[in-house]
Amino acid sequence: MQNTIEARGAGATAPAPPSRASALRRLGRALAPLPWIGPAVILIAAVVLWPVIEMARTSLMRISSSGATIGTRGTGNYHDLFDEPDLVSVLLRTVVWVVGVVLVTIVVSLALGQLLNARFPGRRVVRWAVIVPWAASVLMTALTWKWMLNYYYGVVNKILQGVGVIDHPVNWLSNPTQALIWMMWVAVFVSLPFSSFVILAGLQTIPQDVYEAATVDGAGRARTYFRITLPLLRPSLLVAAIINVINVFNSFPIIYAMTGGGPGDKTDTSTTFMYKLAFSGSGDVGESAAMAVVNFALILILVLAYLRVVGWRGETQR
Amino acid sequence: MNSRSKPRVAILAGVGYLVAFVFVAPYLEMALTALKPDRELTRSPTTFLPKHWEFGNFVNVWKAAPIWQNMQVSLIVAGVATLIALVVSLPAAYYTARNRFRGRGAFLLLVLVTQMFAPTALVIGIYREMVALNLTDTLLALILVNAAFNLPFCVWILHGYFSSIPKELEEAAYLDGAGKVTALTRVTLPLSLPGLVTAVIYTFIGAWNEYVVALTITSSPDRQPLTVAIPGFVTSYQAHWQFLFATSLIAIVPVVVLFVFIERYLIGGLTAGGVK
Repeated sequence: MQNTIEARGAGATAPAPPSRASALRRLGRALAPLPWIGPAVILIAAVVLWPVIEMARTSLMRISSSGATIGTRGTGNYHDLFDEPDLVSVLLRTVVWVVGVVLVTIVVSLALGQLLNARFPGRRVVRWAVIVPWAASVLMTALTWKWMLNYYYGVVNKILQGVGVIDHPVNWLSNPTQALIWMMWVAVFVSLPFSSFVILAGLQTIPQDVYEAATVDGAGRARTYFRITLPLLRPSLLVAAIINVINVFNSFPIIYAMTGGGPGDKTDTSTTFMYKLAFSGSGDVGESAAMAVVNFALILILVLAYLRVVGWRGETQR
Repeated sequence: MNSRSKPRVAILAGVGYLVAFVFVAPYLEMALTALKPDRELTRSPTTFLPKHWEFGNFVNVWKAAPIWQNMQVSLIVAGVATLIALVVSLPAAYYTARNRFRGRGAFLLLVLVTQMFAPTALVIGIYREMVALNLTDTLLALILVNAAFNLPFCVWILHGYFSSIPKELEEAAYLDGAGKVTALTRVTLPLSLPGLVTAVIYTFIGAWNEYVVALTITSSPDRQPLTVAIPGFVTSYQAHWQFLFATSLIAIVPVVVLFVFIERYLIGGLTAGGVK
């Protein structure tokens, strides 16, 4: 503040632009944060933002199968992408995948959060158990499920036959519909810990006296839940939902490890499809980049939604 | 409180243990398969428990494939990436928590937005960048990617912790004759230890489990982390599920233990800005 007034004063006495000294001082003040935040900005710009630009650039170029840039191609890669016979079904499947997994995850984690918040002996251990799929590598978790679903040697067939749900072993992962359902279950399985803990955290912020007041007013258990708990959980729910949508959309290892998107492209989502376009068979990195740009645009919309939900106002004013 | 009857608690506990079992079951199956001898893997119908408990699998797996090399890669990548993320995020988080300056809002917005970017969505761009920089198939590339993509989370959670520590505590230290650095290392850092530990462990685990970028930019077997090497136990030519799962457990158990330590602090950090 004082510096600003001083600078104005200097400007008033001399008709010339602010003195060199005060300009330098202002420059110094503007640059002061650089040693502190500069490295972070550089790292993010070089490794997170550069790929975004590189991706957009690549989507407009002709790339040989060995990865060399041959020349520009305009919108040719996008035309190729939109001409892919499987694109529409892949996009539709992506919608089913994301909506289905996130919806089930949120509903189940509402119950799980409640359970983890309830008081019973051994609750700590149950919380630790729920954490396991969160800490473990998603790839390794997917590989276990692949093994458990094995046609000949998997325990899933053994258990389901044992309880009489099926009367002969089923080759679950060779049928696109069944494979997709199982993979969606695995995606739910690995998404539940985070969502449940977010909802648990939300539940813990609700003060106890709100419930006491409801009891005094004679509200029943269901009424209390739907009229008080659920509305108060809204922020947690929205955050969990959006972060889940982004994660599930980007979910790669589950499908890649369990079916490889197959048979054909019949269990691909747009993320695994993008990967296949670049790195399988006669890969076309340019067309894959076009797919990546489309995916990224969808994610950006979700990020904007997230910013709205968390109420970003630009903290500078505070 | 009074309505908390005994049968209700018993039912809750029962449901709780059932849920715990469901979440642990796949890893239990992992362990049981890792302890089966080769011949029992291809027995149909399968058995839940090994007939012969082959504890030797956990010894032989080290000879069956060069997983020690892959584990070293994972350790180096995750370790160095975590170190870089911490060293870079700490000053940025501290400065933005303690000072108001032009560009502060823009910086925090950059952090918040890039926190939502996953390497998977950008893998084609990352691959093209590493080709351009001639960094494909190097540990440096993996280190940079893991450090950069975890950096926003570190900045965010540390920023939150530093902001919650009153400036006055540092000022009191100045009165006692402490310098800026001493005040930071003796007063602020110890108080933000939970945040530091959370940032370190979360970054380490994220880098330890990272798969898609490593799969894309490494090709030499001795430069691949565990996640990329493990599927190699089961290919069209061989199916050593017992080794695959033995290695998986070796990779999973330590990080689950680490994760349990940060459980309490994690949620606040992950949903920072949203749930307060």
